[in-house]
Amino acid sequence: MTLPLQDPALAAEGLGVPPRRHGFLRSVLRERKAAVIGLAIIVFFILLSVIAPYISPYSATAQTCAVYAPPSSRHWLGCDDGGIDMLSELMQGGRISLVVAFAATFVAMVIGGGVGILTGYFGRWIDTSLMRVTDYLLVIPDLVFAVVIADLWGPSLFHVIIVIGILEWTSTARIIRAQVMSLKERVYVKRAQAIGSGHARIITRHILPQVGPLLMANTVLTIAIAIYLETALAFLGLEDPTVTTWGTILEHAFERTAISSGAWWAIVPDGFVIAIVIVGCFLLGQAIEDALNPRLKVAHLSVRRWRIRPLAGRGPDAI
Amino acid sequence: MSLLEVSDLHVWFDLPQGPQVHAVQGVSFALEPGDRFGLVGESGCGKTTTILATMGLLPPTASVSGEVRVDGQNILAGGEDSARGYRWKDIAMVFQGAMNALNPVKKVGWQIAEPMAFHGIAKGAAARRRAGELLEMVGIPAASAERYPHEFSGGMRQRASIAMALACQPRILLADEPTTALDVMVQAQILDLLARLSSELGLALVLVTHDLPVVAQTCGRAAVMYAGEIVECGPMETLFHQPRHPYTRLLFAATPDLYGAGEDEAVVSIGGAPPRLDEPITGCPFQPRCDVVLERCAEEHPALRLVGPGHEAACHHAERAGAS
Repeated sequence: MTLPLQDPALAAEGLGVPPRRHGFLRSVLRERKAAVIGLAIIVFFILLSVIAPYISPYSATAQTCAVYAPPSSRHWLGCDDGGIDMLSELMQGGRISLVVAFAATFVAMVIGGGVGILTGYFGRWIDTSLMRVTDYLLVIPDLVFAVVIADLWGPSLFHVIIVIGILEWTSTARIIRAQVMSLKERVYVKRAQAIGSGHARIITRHILPQVGPLLMANTVLTIAIAIYLETALAFLGLEDPTVTTWGTILEHAFERTAISSGAWWAIVPDGFVIAIVIVGCFLLGQAIEDALNPRLKVAHLSVRRWRIRPLAGRGPDAI
Repeated sequence: MSLLEVSDLHVWFDLPQGPQVHAVQGVSFALEPGDRFGLVGESGCGKTTTILATMGLLPPTASVSGEVRVDGQNILAGGEDSARGYRWKDIAMVFQGAMNALNPVKKVGWQIAEPMAFHGIAKGAAARRRAGELLEMVGIPAASAERYPHEFSGGMRQRASIAMALACQPRILLADEPTTALDVMVQAQILDLLARLSSELGLALVLVTHDLPVVAQTCGRAAVMYAGEIVECGPMETLFHQPRHPYTRLLFAATPDLYGAGEDEAVVSIGGAPPRLDEPITGCPFQPRCDVVLERCAEEHPALRLVGPGHEAACHHAERAGAS
């Protein structure tokens, strides 16, 4: 039943050459330096954590030098109150800190993404009830709530993961919900309903691919917040004191007179590492967010300007 | 028994506050295979609502009465459950703003193949092959099935959404403003395509538009809608040359004519706006804007009645002329 009908205009549009597929993340990285820097920082620290046991110069638990020994050629970042090499301890601490942050973020994204999609898509009482829970969690001060829960449940890594997870999903849920509410009114969702797709299929095939990048941006930003919260909780002594994380390093140094001893090397490198990872996450997350919402880079925020191109072929040597 | 028979269709919408809107008021029409039927009227007169109701696709705030028969079976009888089986398989639709009927993150071919599995037409590789064939049928190279909608031009997207509507070999195609966002060249191509599909596949085509020339160019018969009801219905030629309802006459007079009878023929406009549909209307709904009002027009609602062969009109003037 092929009709002898060929749109002449189509010939000019390139005939059916399959396009090259560019991932969303790749296009973000190509266009934004900040994203490259952010991703480089994150990847660097992940790799460092993975290979830490093989490259760390000393044990992260045993005494290898004098108490609060200053940085030297043998111990680049000095030693802490127990005579443990700071560099080795930072590497070890990063392993736990990052795992906690990633796990907590995963929990937050599963809850936030799920609640966002369900409320946005189904609306009605599901929206009303789940959004009240979201509002409730949204107005609770994070740190206070985390302190109370962590204290109630007792210090443990698992508890910290859960606490951060149930605290940090709310803004993601709101953002995803708004997006889904807009998406479900699109004509192609109506069409999908018309051809007989069920809710599950519409959500997985039509809605989820569209909110994926948004979820990605939120994931990266939430990792930063999770690292920050983990550090704060550890600093307040609400984390398992037997494990080494960036937060507990800071707490130990603070509690064990690092400041009065003038041992800045027990605090500054750790704080710097935490800050740099958080900055990395924000750079990448913000770049993805910008890419999703081009309005964020309108003229007054943009450094790119249009240029005037000299007219070609008007000079004396024109052909 | 006609292929598609819509009879006495009414649609009401609930408003958040206050009364209901009676958006479609007793619309009836019938289609045979290969028929091309136009539905014209101003924005908000119930054209889209009529065909959405025909598809059984109205939102939960709507209530419907009347019958939509396909081969004599009332597909609205059992609500969504009975409509689902016919939708896309017997009646398919090209949505208004069809440019947006494509999911931007899915390949065009995938989207065309999507309904086939639901209705047991084809699956997997066979569905993909059929999607390619459908694209060729609407004048797009089959290889474009592997492309994304943003790589298509407006006209190609419109063709793709027509291909999408044809995925399950429907016998009735409802096209809601299929050419509205397109330039005149592409518009002519799309109309040509629809006309050819209808004659070669025996599709019964309902073309909804506010653009009279589009209907005149494509359709054999047309109905003019005003304020939720059909005010005149008949063969295109008759509507054009012998309109019996003032609204139809004024609509044609409001369309500029390229090969016009003369340069002095001014394009008229119809003053005023259609009546509100959330209040009951007494008399003829067109009476406040009509240029030939009779006394009874203010009190008596004119019924749609036969005024010529296959030609119906709802006007007191037409009744009088028909009687004499």
